[in-house]
Amino acid sequence: MSTTSVLGGVVRRKEDPALIRGTGLYTDDVKKAATVHVAFVRSPLAHARITRIDTEAARNAPGVLAVYTIDDVRHLGPLPAQVPVGKLRPLLADGVVNHVGEAVAMVVAETRAQAVDAADLVEVDYDPLPAVVDLKQAASDQIKVHEDLESNVILTWEAGPWGNEEGIAETKAKIAEAKGRGDTVTVSLEMRNQRLLPTAIEPRSVVAEWNPGYERFDVVSATQIPHALAGAIAKTFGLASNAVHVLAPEVGGGFGCKLNIYADEILVCFAARELGRPVKYTETRRESANNTIQGRGWIGTATLVGTQDGEILGYELEALCDMGAYSQNFTAAIPFLGVFVGSGQYRFPTYMKLDCVATHTQTTDAYRGAGRPEAIYYLERIIDAYARKIGKDPAEVRMKNFIPAEDFPGVVSPVGFAMDTGDYAKNLRALIESDAYRQLVAERDRLRSEGRLAGVGIATYVEVCGFGPSGLADLGFSWSAYGLPSSFNGSGLVRVNPDSSVTVIIGTGPSGQGHQTTWAQIVSDQLGIPIDRIRVIHGDTAESPMGIGTFGSRSAAVDGSATYLAAQKVRAKAARLAAHLLEAAEEDIEFGDGGAYVAGSPDKRVTWEEIATVAYQPHRLPEGVEGGLEAHAIFSPANATWPFGSHACLVEVDEETGDVRILRYLTVDDCGNVINPMIVAGQIHGGIAQGVGQAMFEEAVYDAEGNLLTPSLLDYILPTAVDLPSFELKRTVTPSDVNPLGVKGIGEAGTIGSAQTVVNAVVDALSPLGVEHVDMPLRPKRVWQAIQDAKGGN
Amino acid sequence: MYPRSFDYIAPASLEDAVRELGNAEFAKVMAGGMSLIPLMKLRLLSPDLVVDIGRIGGLGEIEDTGDHLSIGALVRHRDTASSDVVPTALRQAASWTGDVQVRNRGTTCGAVAHADVAADQPAAVLALGATMVARGPSGIREIPSDEFFVDALTSALAPDEILTEIRIPKRGGGSAYDKLGRRGGHTDYAVAGAAAWVTVSDGAVTDARVALTGVGTKPELARAAMEAIVGTDGSEGAVRAASERATEGITVIEDLYGSVEYKTHLAKVMVRRALTQALTEARS
Repeated sequence: MSTTSVLGGVVRRKEDPALIRGTGLYTDDVKKAATVHVAFVRSPLAHARITRIDTEAARNAPGVLAVYTIDDVRHLGPLPAQVPVGKLRPLLADGVVNHVGEAVAMVVAETRAQAVDAADLVEVDYDPLPAVVDLKQAASDQIKVHEDLESNVILTWEAGPWGNEEGIAETKAKIAEAKGRGDTVTVSLEMRNQRLLPTAIEPRSVVAEWNPGYERFDVVSATQIPHALAGAIAKTFGLASNAVHVLAPEVGGGFGCKLNIYADEILVCFAARELGRPVKYTETRRESANNTIQGRGWIGTATLVGTQDGEILGYELEALCDMGAYSQNFTAAIPFLGVFVGSGQYRFPTYMKLDCVATHTQTTDAYRGAGRPEAIYYLERIIDAYARKIGKDPAEVRMKNFIPAEDFPGVVSPVGFAMDTGDYAKNLRALIESDAYRQLVAERDRLRSEGRLAGVGIATYVEVCGFGPSGLADLGFSWSAYGLPSSFNGSGLVRVNPDSSVTVIIGTGPSGQGHQTTWAQIVSDQLGIPIDRIRVIHGDTAESPMGIGTFGSRSAAVDGSATYLAAQKVRAKAARLAAHLLEAAEEDIEFGDGGAYVAGSPDKRVTWEEIATVAYQPHRLPEGVEGGLEAHAIFSPANATWPFGSHACLVEVDEETGDVRILRYLTVDDCGNVINPMIVAGQIHGGIAQGVGQAMFEEAVYDAEGNLLTPSLLDYILPTAVDLPSFELKRTVTPSDVNPLGVKGIGEAGTIGSAQTVVNAVVDALSPLGVEHVDMPLRPKRVWQAIQDAKGGN
Repeated sequence: MYPRSFDYIAPASLEDAVRELGNAEFAKVMAGGMSLIPLMKLRLLSPDLVVDIGRIGGLGEIEDTGDHLSIGALVRHRDTASSDVVPTALRQAASWTGDVQVRNRGTTCGAVAHADVAADQPAAVLALGATMVARGPSGIREIPSDEFFVDALTSALAPDEILTEIRIPKRGGGSAYDKLGRRGGHTDYAVAGAAAWVTVSDGAVTDARVALTGVGTKPELARAAMEAIVGTDGSEGAVRAASERATEGITVIEDLYGSVEYKTHLAKVMVRRALTQALTEARS
């Protein structure tokens, strides 16, 4: 191997100087000449019939070029969805509005201020209809979200295992039998996993231009899925996908909310072609809250039955999952990701029934973790409640019910999914046998001895990510809905340029993950070319082979592996060229110190410059060798990857006010091999912050009429560094066997592992008072109320 | 969001500023702009004219005149928080206002004039018995803090008046401010906050003022608690008894951060904590 291995080493992020200095290019920074601007007229009601739209005053307002309604764009059809159940979203409201903030008309003007002013002049008359916001009420079908749908329950996912009716019946029978036994313990809790706003710091933004000469759209968008967007635009306008060029430049946070196709992205293209001008739309923070997809929103009952000594005999989760009014990209598929990990890293029979329920609210879709944090939350909360009930150490109960390491490979989980690799007991032991964990427990006991309310929570998790495999396409997961029927493959192209600099082109792009650095490390490790000579191109559909996008913690495992394979091909060709130049055997060539040399004779060497020069001067090549020095690889993994880990934290609760403080937070994560420990740590930090955010602060609150009461960062409280302790991270390493890098993915793990850790700790703190559960977010008012209720009940 | 179109002027003197305010249909005064600009961007407030007082000299100082402290209209939260002459209650309140950026731009007078129901510094100036000095077309008007806060986001200032100065009487004693913030601890707007000022003589509480924020429709005095603590020995029991009366006569309002029951309870806790700290300072 190379002598300059940089895999597994801390390499400072190449992209940071530009991002920190404000010289990175974001979509709203794109200033095309003669650009015109968009403002939307939005519904103030959650459900109403539109009886009149008068656009005349707006059309005559200063600077206005056009005002569009559904009549102008109905022929373009609704937005496509991967799981086309429920109601697809029309590009603009079509006769009826179904959530507050739904776009009714689109104003295009010379300046943004003129567009916003003119939008105020559009008159819309509404005939209000009854709205349904509450999930249970919606599930009862008393009020229909859409008249033409049979039920508000647009899809039900059932597992135990998934897709196996006989197995489901068997699992249900086993659980019923265990409950019926006289010597078992059954615990059951109804819990909310509240709705969240993804809140990328960069709001969504898109600018589109139609080039009539080339018959091509040029689109810049803050998206996680540029190829899918190109496909969607092409399909909508009846063009080939190569007639649409989409660039996703720097993307300032995605978390899944930019893993979608939005009506505004199609509408700016429509207006650009109609008006012959570049058209730009950048959402405001309020529009981001109301109109970009939201996440979570489950209410469910978890029930667990086990023996008095901690052997779990069965687990059930029945939940209602809020879909919002319209189905978009993955909407109804998100709970399915919860089914994937529904039995966690455990071996007990598991039954799940997840109802996807439409409501008169904004669409929900992927938000960091997407279905998996919800599922793991219910599982890890109910295991904790069970351990508490039987008076056992929650770590011990988990340990007792894990799938043993020796069962790998070949594990199929109780909900029916093949898992790659795992050693859950080793991971949890690394947490609970650490000095830090012992200190946590000791500190809790010390605080308690002073009469204070302190608690330690632990939780373990497994997640599924790194999608592929290719077979997911048979379940409907591909970009077929956007006319690009590609599986969730990875893609990587490595090109050594004539000056021996390297260009790497990949199918995914960063929204903060550090692709510039990680991919440079992968390629540098293979070729021995320094990282600062390697540049990574991403997010550009004109340059990049078909790419799927950055989501589901998949980039490194899938596109990273593709790039690794491409780099190996380049290395093999370079070895052949070096052998030719050095008059040596190909198998004797080694790489290092900026070139190649003959094994055992390091002075017999050629530089990368010499190799590259030959590659681009074909007359100097050996016979039968093609010119150029580049390779492309498509990688489809044999399976998704299954990272896992254990979290613990110490909290103190102010009994008088209900105020919760997190004093320490520990994790032991296992994401397989690590390419850059600093980037992995950063991902875990951000993930925990968002999980703690859900546990403590964040909630998209709707009133009964469907108004979002938390549309600004004044009301929607995001965690900041001030609110969080320093995280103490450790890891175990259990490489994946489904990709050549042995990596698993770490983008969502922190979020999936953390919310229930905090809630478990707070319940532990309040357990002396008899509190069994507090719903998130653990705002002081709610914790205080739980304390009062427990005291009242005593 | 973009504000509606408006005119902007940055006069060089208070006279000019007051005249511009009087001439406009709907004008607003801007100092740090930390409250005004967000409201304008949301189009909740659409003035025709913004009068920026930021270039007027002589308003950026905290002065000790001997019988009172004067906090000028351009004194930033950061200046108030880091002053060694400002009483503890107001210093503490300023240090917990907004975040670092807001504290570097926003002004104490601006926060007080804005009269947000959950802001920190209004409660402190109320407890300290400050006097608001307003400059209008007919000259200078002194408004006692007890009369200054009228309703949510509404002060006693006339549309053509500028709050140029807050005068805090130097009456000794001790003061404190405590709150529970919306994100827990002392961070963010107050779910409930209380400021207290007390004087102690020969072991007895001789005078006291207590003010609440975040609880009702405006920053207001907790008069029952004030009366209850004066004349006592300021013992733990006396403080507890007084704080139990924190919201007597005050209409407690529910919001996203607390029910009436919770806020009523929190008000008592915060009054107790603020009184306890103020007494400790008064006795030291």
